[in-house]
Amino acid sequence: MSSTAVDTAQSRFLCLKEQHAHNGTLLGFWIYLMSDCFIFASLFACYAVLGTSTAGGPTAADVLDLHGLAINTALLLISSVTFGFAMLEMVRKRKGAVMLWLAVSGLLAAGFVTLELREFASMIADGAGPGRSAFLSSFFTLVGTHGLHVSVGILWLIVLMVQLGKFGFNEANIRRMQCLSMFWHFLDLVWVGVFSFVYLAGVLR
Amino acid sequence: MSHSNSHDHAVHGHEHSHDEHANHGSLRSYLTGFVLAVILTVIPFWLVMGHVFQSHWVTITLVLLLAIVQILVHVVYFLHLDTHSEGGWNMLSFVFTIVLVVIVLGASIWVMYNENTNMMPMSPQYQHNGE
Repeated sequence: MSSTAVDTAQSRFLCLKEQHAHNGTLLGFWIYLMSDCFIFASLFACYAVLGTSTAGGPTAADVLDLHGLAINTALLLISSVTFGFAMLEMVRKRKGAVMLWLAVSGLLAAGFVTLELREFASMIADGAGPGRSAFLSSFFTLVGTHGLHVSVGILWLIVLMVQLGKFGFNEANIRRMQCLSMFWHFLDLVWVGVFSFVYLAGVLR
Repeated sequence: MSHSNSHDHAVHGHEHSHDEHANHGSLRSYLTGFVLAVILTVIPFWLVMGHVFQSHWVTITLVLLLAIVQILVHVVYFLHLDTHSEGGWNMLSFVFTIVLVVIVLGASIWVMYNENTNMMPMSPQYQHNGE
């Protein structure tokens, strides 16, 4: 890049065209994900501090369902891999296969959100809502924030499928797919922390 | 100017194809990541649901260690993070994030644990009033 500046006949100190880093969007999106890490880190810290403050109410071992958790974890992990398959098909420019894998990923994630909402609903019905204790407030905030991210990811996925259907694999859509792919895998990564730290370690504390 | 532009495009095009190859991974990498993730998920579930160890703290430590390993597996095999993607800036920001996350989590737990143990014991009378 620096050699091109020297090559020009008249050297200028004024840049006529703004210089963008190559693939700046992907780096920028990565930095967004890293800042999202901080949100989750602070919520994890809240749960770590407040997880045993049950105020005489139900403890983690009383309310958390590990069998449902296993299904949820499997759904999200498989969804992450099927999104990877969609990315591989995109390299081969096979639109039908990409749409199929995206739809599978979206449905698996929708199943995840549905199961999570049902778990929340049954907990609230049992009197273990977010207002019951500091433990439950931090639990609902952390797991709910993750669920909200997954829901927004599904919305993004639907919009992207429409865009892919209309405009095909143009440069913008490929870039969007790369960003959503990072987002999708990132949410699965955060879920590893959630199921290990909040659920599995939580029921033992 | 026109010369520099065409040169720019050539470089750009080359880097783009290189990045595509690097970023999407391969079927092999996704399947390797998947198998490792399944193994690293099944073990902690088995440790907790099968009551393998008597001591809860042994189980919790193992579960958290396995989670850290699985997060690294996800980063390498699904997010395809390596030292040369985006000229190393991805890795740099990732390492920076890890450092801050460790400080936030570690310091919160450490400080609040000490806060809890060193707090003046509350008399039952005050606890009652607090409710």
